[in-house]
Amino acid sequence: MYNPKISVLYLSRFSRLLVALVVVASLMSSMTISYAAYSGPEVSNISMMPIDRAKFLVGQKFDFEIEVKNDTPASAIEVMVNGLAAEVFFGKQAVIKFDKMSTYRINEVAFPQAGKVAVAVTVKSEKGIEKRTINYEVSGEKIKKPAKNVILIIGDGMSLQARQMARILSKGITEGKYNDLLEMDKMSNLALITTSGNDSLVTDSANSASAYATGQKGAVNAMGVYADSTKDPFDDPKVENIIELAKRTRGMATGIVSTANITDATPAAMLAHTRKRSEQNFIAQEMLNPLHRPDVILGGGSRHFLPKSVPGSKRTDDRNLVEEFKKLGYPIATTKTELKQSGTPDKLLGLFQLDNMDVYIDREVTKNPAVLGKFTDQPTLMDMTKTAIDVLSKNKNGFFLMVEGACIDKQLHTMDWQRATYDTIEMDKAVGIAKEFAKKNDDTLVIVVADHAHGASITGTYHELDGKTGREGVRTYADAGWPTFVDADGDGFPDDPNPSVTLAVQFANHPDYYENYKFQEVPTSPAIMADGKAIANPKRAPQGGDLKVGNTPTSDPSEVHSADDVPLTAEGPGADYFKGVMDNTEVFHGIVRALGLDGRKNEK
Amino acid sequence: MVRLTRSISRAIFLAMMLAWLPLSWTGQDGTIPYDGSSLFFTRAQAAPAWLPWLGEQATHLEFNEFYSGASALGLELSAKLESLKGKKVQISGFMAPPLKPTLSFFVLTKVPMSICPFCSTDADWPNDIVLIKLSKPVTALPFDRPITVTGDLEVGYQMDEETGFISLVRIVADSVEEAN
Repeated sequence: MYNPKISVLYLSRFSRLLVALVVVASLMSSMTISYAAYSGPEVSNISMMPIDRAKFLVGQKFDFEIEVKNDTPASAIEVMVNGLAAEVFFGKQAVIKFDKMSTYRINEVAFPQAGKVAVAVTVKSEKGIEKRTINYEVSGEKIKKPAKNVILIIGDGMSLQARQMARILSKGITEGKYNDLLEMDKMSNLALITTSGNDSLVTDSANSASAYATGQKGAVNAMGVYADSTKDPFDDPKVENIIELAKRTRGMATGIVSTANITDATPAAMLAHTRKRSEQNFIAQEMLNPLHRPDVILGGGSRHFLPKSVPGSKRTDDRNLVEEFKKLGYPIATTKTELKQSGTPDKLLGLFQLDNMDVYIDREVTKNPAVLGKFTDQPTLMDMTKTAIDVLSKNKNGFFLMVEGACIDKQLHTMDWQRATYDTIEMDKAVGIAKEFAKKNDDTLVIVVADHAHGASITGTYHELDGKTGREGVRTYADAGWPTFVDADGDGFPDDPNPSVTLAVQFANHPDYYENYKFQEVPTSPAIMADGKAIANPKRAPQGGDLKVGNTPTSDPSEVHSADDVPLTAEGPGADYFKGVMDNTEVFHGIVRALGLDGRKNEK
Repeated sequence: MVRLTRSISRAIFLAMMLAWLPLSWTGQDGTIPYDGSSLFFTRAQAAPAWLPWLGEQATHLEFNEFYSGASALGLELSAKLESLKGKKVQISGFMAPPLKPTLSFFVLTKVPMSICPFCSTDADWPNDIVLIKLSKPVTALPFDRPITVTGDLEVGYQMDEETGFISLVRIVADSVEEAN
């Protein structure tokens, strides 16, 4: 008997099943599609340096190297560049070695024309034939009226959040509106920069600065090179960097300024080539190499310039680099007073600390003798930036200057956001000096960027006015209100880094440590090593604090970098290049495009 | 009379040292297994109670007494440090995380080290450190507890062949003890 009710029910069941099947099928198909969209290239035994999708400036020099890992040594490596044998294309003989790690290398080559390049490799061995094809891009892009100068200002570890802390402390915020913006906020162009390195998601300062200096991805601890598999930190295939290009192709003046050791990762990456950033003695002596000798060198870290016989030196030889620079006509400054007295020579070496320079709070605010020791006359980053610009701008061919706010990173590693923030403000004031110079002639591109981020965010405020302490003293949402930093003298730095209501800054990635949310009189490490493990440093919160259980491996006693994208702001000729989301290697291409550099030219 | 007392005490000292010789070698085959704070009780490293009567008095030294002047062009050794060269000194500080679980030297620092300078290639040492040389390999200590080292002071550049470690101030230790 026909029963309409049942039939409807069956129908609805059938249709429900059908819909469910369609949904499942569409989900599965979308999954397959999305997997396919980011399936990486097959792991090949053939590793190519420069890597696939590398982008070069036309004429930019580099070493071309192929490594082939095989159980049975290769018997032949054939390399074709745009259909021509590589040796014919580059006009140079390759050095080929056959072993379990076979290598094919041609040093100091360049692409003479802009456009696409395809490199095809065929490796023959007893096992058979293996092939790999990769692609390069060569750019000859330049703006119509090139910039005369570029000032690249790098806030080491200066994440968006670090900029925001500086904005709050320096400018203040009323009813949700900032009273003013930072100098680096008030620039015409903004881009978001991705920071990952060639070998890892989270970058370090060497390879990220190297990306800015060469336009190439780098490996952790490497600068100006692709990291090959040999142990020697000086034999890796090199890529020409911005200081070399600026000098070679246009006879520009160049300078590096940093509050860290001047041989530390960021300034070093502008000129040096090594797999190992810790080779700071090598990097210091490389600063004498005419290929990439900066005209202005200002920062800390004289210990890598002094002969081993001098107490405080870290050199392992008797070279006195300070004397060698003197012989080349560099006046030497070791204090703020000497820097001021140096005037505007053609070149200048200023080293103001044996190690990293002290941070702004210790140098200029608390001036604690227990922290500073005998180093009571160190210049500010503003002093150094101003002097560097004055000296470099004498060159008629223009200049490239890199200024680093180095201790933003160093202080975030020790989870000292107050010290990091004062140094961010200090760097912002250096940005102001650069902008002021740029405004005069409208021929200078100023770029402000971080090299990587730290996982530190403002989650509200902290105070103990009602007796609550520790995590109960952290105020969120409406309870947070506003911090009470005061800048009565109007110098842009809060008078007291420890006001009654301060920011609640929380870290995403940290070792075990004690947190009391207060300013520390002297810089103190969050954790110390004990029995091979990082444990909370009891000296960190002498008045008591909550133990925060770490969330990173106990082998690391400091806060670590995060993979966050970082903001870049720019102003001046060529600034239009910087917009949207960009790879960190594009910072280099934005610089050479603005300067109109052509790697095929030879000034000298 | 004085000479006699001295030779008697020397004889007693020698006898005791000889009696202890086999003890200090028990259970040792070059290295000591990693095991807590055994250094404090390793006999060869503990100060014999009679040392103050027999040996010279150790001069107390502080980390901030090392250098009288410092600039970017180098450090200046203090008069006190210079005058104590080759003499017996005593200093308290923290043991820095060493390269290996057992070692024949370690670095004494003013504050507990937050980094393992030997583990990380990028690590930087502060300037005011002392290299402590030991007469035999010892087990690493917990690095967060203050220790007092007594021994002969050496001053001047030296590079350790094995590790490449450069030192300026060293103490050849007689004793390493937990500080009070």
